[in-house]
Amino acid sequence: MPKKLLRIALAGNPNSGKTTIFNNLTGTRQKVGNWPGVTVEKKEGEIHRNGYDIKIIDLPGTYSLTPFTIEEIVARDFILEEVPDVVIDIIDASNLERSLYLANQLRELDCKVIFALNMADLARSRGMHIDAGIMSELLGVPIVFTVGNKGEGLTELIQTAIDLAGSPVEIPEERKVRYSKDIEGAIGELRSVVEERTDGSFPYNRRWVAVKLLEDDQIIKQRMKQVLGASAAEPVLEAAKRLRGQLMGRFDEDPEIIMTDERYGFIAGIMREAVTTSARRRMDFSRNIDLVLTNRFLGFPIFIFFIWAMFQLTFTLGAYPMEWIDAGIGVFSGFVAGLLPAGMLKDLIVNGIIAGVGSILIFLPNILLLFFCISLFEDTGYMSRAAFLMDKIMHLIGLHGKSFIPMLMGFGCNVPAIMATRTLESRTDRILTIMITPFMSCSARLPVYIVLAGSFFAASAGTVIFILYLLGIVVAILSGRLLRSVLLRGIEAPFVMELPPYRVPMLKSLLIHMWDRSKMFLKKMGGIILVGSIVVWALSSFPSDINYSRDYAGQIERIEMVYAEKIRDAAPEAVVDLKSRRAQMIRDVKNMRYQEKARKSYIGRIGQMVEPVFEPVGIDWRGSVALLTGFVAKEIVVSTMGVLYAVDEAEAESEVLRNALKNSGMTALSALSMMVFVLLYVPCLATVSVIARETGSVRWALFNIAYTTGVAWIAALAVYQGGRLLGFS
Amino acid sequence: MLLSEMREGQTARIVAIAGEPRLRRRILEMGLTRGSEVYIEKYAPLKDPLELIIRGYHVSLRVSEAAQIEVTLKSQEGPYAEKIA
Repeated sequence: MPKKLLRIALAGNPNSGKTTIFNNLTGTRQKVGNWPGVTVEKKEGEIHRNGYDIKIIDLPGTYSLTPFTIEEIVARDFILEEVPDVVIDIIDASNLERSLYLANQLRELDCKVIFALNMADLARSRGMHIDAGIMSELLGVPIVFTVGNKGEGLTELIQTAIDLAGSPVEIPEERKVRYSKDIEGAIGELRSVVEERTDGSFPYNRRWVAVKLLEDDQIIKQRMKQVLGASAAEPVLEAAKRLRGQLMGRFDEDPEIIMTDERYGFIAGIMREAVTTSARRRMDFSRNIDLVLTNRFLGFPIFIFFIWAMFQLTFTLGAYPMEWIDAGIGVFSGFVAGLLPAGMLKDLIVNGIIAGVGSILIFLPNILLLFFCISLFEDTGYMSRAAFLMDKIMHLIGLHGKSFIPMLMGFGCNVPAIMATRTLESRTDRILTIMITPFMSCSARLPVYIVLAGSFFAASAGTVIFILYLLGIVVAILSGRLLRSVLLRGIEAPFVMELPPYRVPMLKSLLIHMWDRSKMFLKKMGGIILVGSIVVWALSSFPSDINYSRDYAGQIERIEMVYAEKIRDAAPEAVVDLKSRRAQMIRDVKNMRYQEKARKSYIGRIGQMVEPVFEPVGIDWRGSVALLTGFVAKEIVVSTMGVLYAVDEAEAESEVLRNALKNSGMTALSALSMMVFVLLYVPCLATVSVIARETGSVRWALFNIAYTTGVAWIAALAVYQGGRLLGFS
Repeated sequence: MLLSEMREGQTARIVAIAGEPRLRRRILEMGLTRGSEVYIEKYAPLKDPLELIIRGYHVSLRVSEAAQIEVTLKSQEGPYAEKIA
């Protein structure tokens, strides 16, 4: 017997426990992806019950189905267009009244719906008694009690869904939300127009369409025009407009406002019938926590402590596994190098692919730990408190309180920081935060500052570095204001944010969340980084047959010969000295060869080509090449400078490089200019690819490259030319 | 008076909601409808946003948004902190 396939969609408010139920139903058999065309996460899982293959789709958490936010559009479209067999609405029983708003919108949609009254134990402890029998009777919807975090009621829930899918019942007309007489009259009139003018090609419930048209729902109007053609849709839309006008005249208010009011009126009626609340309300556990955590005096210090702890955990604790991974890659790289014969292929695999991919893999511990912390903040309910505390400050930049966490994480690494913008609900806020996060000076930029500031500002190096960090923040703030007022205008999303009760997080949910992110990181980053690393490797290794201006190999041979003689003839106590002199000379020659190779490689040629661009900001071709290679990862700037300024790679951070830098004609002013450039210019390849992924568009990534580099150039120019005008050199 | 003028610990009844339609509808959908009762739980440490209790749950609004909501003062009690002390 072939198995029967059922599709069940989970709907519900944010914080209703929907994700917990989804996790408990599907376990680890989840597929995480994106809804087509948008960056809203889509989760699916498959289970097998009673001979059914059941696909469970987790719809985005929403408070309503008014199509304002992407999440609402995605959820509604899925129900309308994909027609799941059953929709289960997860309702937080302790927050019943508001949850019933979405629940009633689902009922109006005319899909087969079940209400799962979740966390009923909590509601009971608050002195709330819900009579499911009466409620089910009044609403015409099956009701199941569940306790998501204990997995209670889930078997019954699925069984009810299977039964409902097989039965023909629909919600009886008279059980739907009844509006007041005037509105019902308009709905009835419009409905008959809709019935008259549409056919099976417009497969939505007629009453619902009439309701939506009276609410001036843009999406339904558009779809009607698409499906029926503009001319056929015209009379319906005309009638809707006329009736809307009539209602507006009568109520002196938009019909959608009246209808929202009346839906809550209907809900109040249901509450009166089905819910009894015992007289005395208990002292609320969550409120007591908030007395401390959002306290006027304690709120901020505690918040700062939590952020500090998260930072410590992510970047300090994360540093240990990073070392292990680094060492592991080293061993692996050595092992592979031993297997392969010397030549192009070996160079490509060892220096191109393993080094490039390894430089990304190393972020994995950071990502895991960071997302563990963020899930912890989200699952306990602290995230919305953080937004509550920070909103005033962030709002000055035109951002939402929740933007604070990603921006702060940017000081560690921009890649997880940008991934953390997923906690923002509004797409505009998300993109704006992503665009300015790269100005937060990530830890990879620090080695560059240490070398340059250390060489040229010796005693005041610390102050210079601090000012650079500050500059990054200022540029981020200014950019935020600029982008908000120019590119990402539009209406700001209202800050109507629920502060859900605190909850004890479930380890399983935390781990699933953490793993989802990391998997995505590994999969999606891997490809782009791989290609990017190979390209940079190729640019710096080719052309391979360079015509060296001097015979370096011959020189080295001669040095070897001369010193071999000297050492043979020398007194035993002089041998050590001679050997080190020999090593020094050979190194110098090798470095000269490096330099010439670098200058003549493609990347060196590009560096010299772009030199005129960097000249006004005081950066020579070597600096330009270093900046170009910094696109792969900013730390590379240091090692490239090491090569180009005639130092052995291993000594890049030592005294030698400092002296070489000073001797190369670089001045304190040009070093400062270069540091400003490194701070602000194009984020690394990993960041760019994560921007493309999180904004869902390559165009935003390209824009970010152009914008940051433009800002960097202008800022460096101001520093360099301004400094020269003031008489510094 | 406006919701944004209320002090912590006060209870009010919503009379009217003004403002841009999209914001107004969002506020309504979250249950802040005419005639419903709101309790001002607290203002954030920087005096913006503020936290309300409505229909048994907690929600926060920016002061600028609360300034769109007209209310009548219903009753006044001390701040929550004093009550449990």
